[in-house]
Amino acid sequence: MTTSMQEAWRAPGSEWLKDHPRFLEIAYDSSRRLFVRVYPVMKHISPALTERFMRWSEDLVKGWIFNCRMCGQCILHSTGMTCPMTCPKALRNGPCGGVRPDGNCEVIPEMRCVWVQAWERSQRMRAYAHDLHLVQPPLNHALQNTSAWINLVEGREVETPSGWGLARPHGAAGNAGRVE
Amino acid sequence: MNMGMPVSQQPMRAGGRLERVLRSGRFAVTAELNAPDSADPAEVYQNALVLAEVCDAVNATDGSGANCHMSSIGCCALLTRAGYETVFQVSCRDRNRIAIQGDLLGAAAMGVKNLLCLTGDDVSVGDQPQAKRVFDLDSIQLLRTARIMRDQGVFLSGRKLSTPPRFFLGAAANPFVPPFDWRPLRLAKKVEAGADFIQTQYCFDVPRLKQYMQRVRDLGLHEQVYILAGVGPLRSQKAAEFMRTRVPGVWIPDEIVQRLAKTPKAQQAEEGKRICVEMIQQIREIEGIRGVHVMAFRQEEAVREIIYRAGLFPRRPQQGVTPEAPTDVSVPDWLVSSP
Repeated sequence: MTTSMQEAWRAPGSEWLKDHPRFLEIAYDSSRRLFVRVYPVMKHISPALTERFMRWSEDLVKGWIFNCRMCGQCILHSTGMTCPMTCPKALRNGPCGGVRPDGNCEVIPEMRCVWVQAWERSQRMRAYAHDLHLVQPPLNHALQNTSAWINLVEGREVETPSGWGLARPHGAAGNAGRVE
Repeated sequence: MNMGMPVSQQPMRAGGRLERVLRSGRFAVTAELNAPDSADPAEVYQNALVLAEVCDAVNATDGSGANCHMSSIGCCALLTRAGYETVFQVSCRDRNRIAIQGDLLGAAAMGVKNLLCLTGDDVSVGDQPQAKRVFDLDSIQLLRTARIMRDQGVFLSGRKLSTPPRFFLGAAANPFVPPFDWRPLRLAKKVEAGADFIQTQYCFDVPRLKQYMQRVRDLGLHEQVYILAGVGPLRSQKAAEFMRTRVPGVWIPDEIVQRLAKTPKAQQAEEGKRICVEMIQQIREIEGIRGVHVMAFRQEEAVREIIYRAGLFPRRPQQGVTPEAPTDVSVPDWLVSSP
């Protein structure tokens, strides 16, 4: 199988699930609430086993539904329940300018643009629809192949490079320490 | 979204010519320089000379179409040294965040005032499809990184810069491809990330651009960012067909291609220029469009004629051009005889 075919391939049933983002949104919310409670117990028993178990189950479940790439910083709920890492350019902030007129991908003509799908699905979401417009920070490549759920609870997922958080809102900024 | 004051009232970013022209409310013109497949600086100057007379800044492309050419930073180094105003294009395709931040400092040190943050065409469309894609940052993350370096005086890591780079920050927009409803909101995201100006993809579809700009004005974005519409001459029907099928993100409606097809082959280049001039005249009427960005692939010599015929003369030529440029560039007759 060529790379391009791998990217375009979707597991049976997964498209149906993703096309019901409202259901996935509720599933995400309840799983998060449950995991926040259960995780301390699991961690108490064995941190190493918990990590292995979570990695295995995320790879399996999210791999099936979302074609998950195990980036370890899951933002599915902010991207219309469509994995941004399946975009061949791995963009996290929306579509590039190369989307074809029919809405397919610049790189893989037979695949629908990940971000066109993300947009359509986000329109059907309630709690997280607006999250599509958040500026997503650069990926932390050190978290590749770790459990996104554990990173979420441990707060590793929201850690950004320290300069990133310094950006002031647009318009409030001037040149640092300069007088015009 | 929390929008600040209009961009025209914000402090001067870098004080370059493009920024000053836009702030003054004049209609700006930028043009794309085709980076040569050569190690000879004269070829850069030769390509730039015909552009510099008629535009406020010259864009130095960064491996456009994923084809290998002289680097953007190399072209900028040569051009800024000779007194040209340049737009340093940075694509996320080829370099990671370490390399890019280093290049931003280098470019600023050489006198580059304008930066254009791009995602970049995919390697698969270029001459070396076997290359590794980088895309460590995306265009919005790159934009915000540049803004952090400029405004906060630190690297992305938080480490302090002793002298921050001063850039007028640009980004691209493509109103002509799906998802259409999202495109204006994506522009808002780029403004939030730090865009001071926008250069759009080629416009061959004015009604589509009008729709887009209507939404942009509804969002109040035309006050927040200077928008330059991309235009360019089509050399022939064949070139139009090539661009619409092979160049990512270029949308050319059938009417345009048919108009070229109906024209005899020998006059197609002229018809292409005429279409481009008409586009500029129509685009100019759209509220919120503050300039045009002319991309004339391998037709630099056509740019002056197009700008002139579109009624954008007189323009003040770029200053300090240019001790190092060759003097033996052949000048077409119409250029000499124009007023």
